[in-house]
Amino acid sequence: MTASLVVFFALAGLAVIGAVSLILQKHPIHSALSLIVVMVALAGLYLLLGAEFVAAVQIIVYGGAIMVLFVFVIMLLNAGVEEHTNISKLAGPPGLLLVVALAGFITATIVRTTSGVQGSSQTGAMASTSGISNMLFRDFVYPFELTSFLILVAVMGATVLAQREKH
Amino acid sequence: MVPTNYYIILSGILFGIGVFAFVFKRNIITIFMSIELMLNAVNLAFVAFSQAWGKLDGQVFVLFVIVVAAAEAAVGLGIIILIARNRQTLNVERVDLMKL
Amino acid sequence: MSAILSANAELIITIVKIVLLLFIVLTVNAYLTWFERKLVAHIQSRWGPHRVGPHGLLQPLADGLKFLFKEDPTPAGVDKFVYFLAPLLALALALTSIAIIPFGPDPLRLFGRDIYLGIAPPDLNIGILALFAITALGVYGVALAGWSSNNKYSLLGGLRSSAQMISYELALTMSVVGVLLMAGSFNLTKIIEAQARHPEWGIFGWNIWPQILGFICFFIAAIAETNRVPFDLPEAESELVAGFHTEYASFKFAMFFIAEYTSMITISCLCSIMFFGGWLSPFPASWTWTHYLPSLILLPFGLWVIWDGIRYETVFGRVILPVVGTGITALGAAFVLYPGVNEFIQGPFWLLSKIFVFLFIYVWMRGTLPRFRYDQLMAFGWKLLLPISIVNVMVTSFVILAKMQWGGK
Repeated sequence: MTASLVVFFALAGLAVIGAVSLILQKHPIHSALSLIVVMVALAGLYLLLGAEFVAAVQIIVYGGAIMVLFVFVIMLLNAGVEEHTNISKLAGPPGLLLVVALAGFITATIVRTTSGVQGSSQTGAMASTSGISNMLFRDFVYPFELTSFLILVAVMGATVLAQREKH
Repeated sequence: MVPTNYYIILSGILFGIGVFAFVFKRNIITIFMSIELMLNAVNLAFVAFSQAWGKLDGQVFVLFVIVVAAAEAAVGLGIIILIARNRQTLNVERVDLMKL
Repeated sequence: MSAILSANAELIITIVKIVLLLFIVLTVNAYLTWFERKLVAHIQSRWGPHRVGPHGLLQPLADGLKFLFKEDPTPAGVDKFVYFLAPLLALALALTSIAIIPFGPDPLRLFGRDIYLGIAPPDLNIGILALFAITALGVYGVALAGWSSNNKYSLLGGLRSSAQMISYELALTMSVVGVLLMAGSFNLTKIIEAQARHPEWGIFGWNIWPQILGFICFFIAAIAETNRVPFDLPEAESELVAGFHTEYASFKFAMFFIAEYTSMITISCLCSIMFFGGWLSPFPASWTWTHYLPSLILLPFGLWVIWDGIRYETVFGRVILPVVGTGITALGAAFVLYPGVNEFIQGPFWLLSKIFVFLFIYVWMRGTLPRFRYDQLMAFGWKLLLPISIVNVMVTSFVILAKMQWGGK
């Protein structure tokens, strides 16, 4: 039981506990906090995989901006405790079965076709910021510029949507 | 060295939990959060394969996924605020008719 | 036993470093509160704490005891889990950010191992990005505290404060990009080494001269991040009762308090490292007589403390102050007598002096400046600070590109 396996199982367990807690909590703010736990655990897993820049970006953008947006909206809309109607209680167990089947099928397919692949630790040196930025500005420069345009459109859209109506 | 399969299985589990939360929960903000959980599961698979093959394409793609998720979250939450303002409820079962 | 020790030596050394650094940071926090009260008082022409212990030096101890023994009520209707989580989160994140800062260039040679001053290893590739990640998570402490208190004023204060922190976080990260472009790395040790490229320039080799715009943006954005005057509207007493920590009593309030002062210390460390040369001396490297400056400062200061202590009014002061003064004098003498120790102490001495100067500026601003109104604050952050930091990035990259194109030939 090497040290990396112990760390992997600890972080994976934390992520799964956070995800299950997202479902089991009644108040949306507790679900949001569970999702933040999942994201921090995933950032730890990225560090274990040698992707330092992606781990830092995950915490800064996902955990520090997107989830803050969620928490703000939950606070401002004063979202209360959630009620479960008859339909949703009925959909629970069959939904669980179907989801387990779906996720199991996807995972089994991927695992079977890539079972010979063993992780190499070479990306540690290349996965520095200079490696990623080289790829971003050479091979992926077109999608990169498009995403900046996408963010501009999203900012304008969100501003327009959330305005109060002027009578 | 952790085998890549372990990461894929974890990614599959998280994706499955995300799908279950999407169909089971009734609060629209929680449904939106389960979408983010699914995107994160996919990101984990990308980074795991990037390390397995020794290339950086996976990590660059993860950056794009994070950016697109941010843009989607901003617009989606704007729409949610509008729904809450017009229907005074956050329960998706009460907004299933186009008539107010 | 010694086999287990030597096998896990790295772990044990790190744990010892963490415990030591925690103790030092908490003590520095306590005496920072004393320093602030004394300085603000002197700016306002009054004495400040001067009864509890000689010169009020035991005031932080009295405050700490008060926080421990005061009643800690939990208001009705709060969300218990989040109410208890928020100050813990704020404190944990603030203390974690100290772990990334390197305090000196040379390692200590103990037990046959190199022990670096600073918890994170010196080759941490994403040094400053990790610090920004921790700062980004710090918004939650404030937002959740405001929301969980079941109180209108807390909610408003918490929302305003977290909106302010997010807005200034953008300007904070953009203003640092110029420094990163010049150093070529996120690693804090490499940023300092990039400023030591011309050792004969001394103070003129530091990043403050080419990056003066970046430094102004960074310092202002950092003050807004830490919710200090002039940006402390969300926690000002005359505005919103006490803002997001209204409903928090003794010990939990102390946790927010410590978190705020610790983030002040972290920002001072960052300013010194990134713009003012970190552990580099302001004098050119060939002036080796400046290596005696620590002793030159400590010896007279120790003697003055002894002289002041002998004439102090209370008996307690007449006993304690000369002892403290003798300790300081002995330290100064040790630096003169042991040149090996003197060389080792140069780096940390300069870094600590710069940190002290920045803390002085922080407290000085608290004593003199009025606070911003909230809409002025948001307009300032988005419409002035962010464009200036973006302009700084563009100008820096053009200059570096021009140097590469025409200077390299």
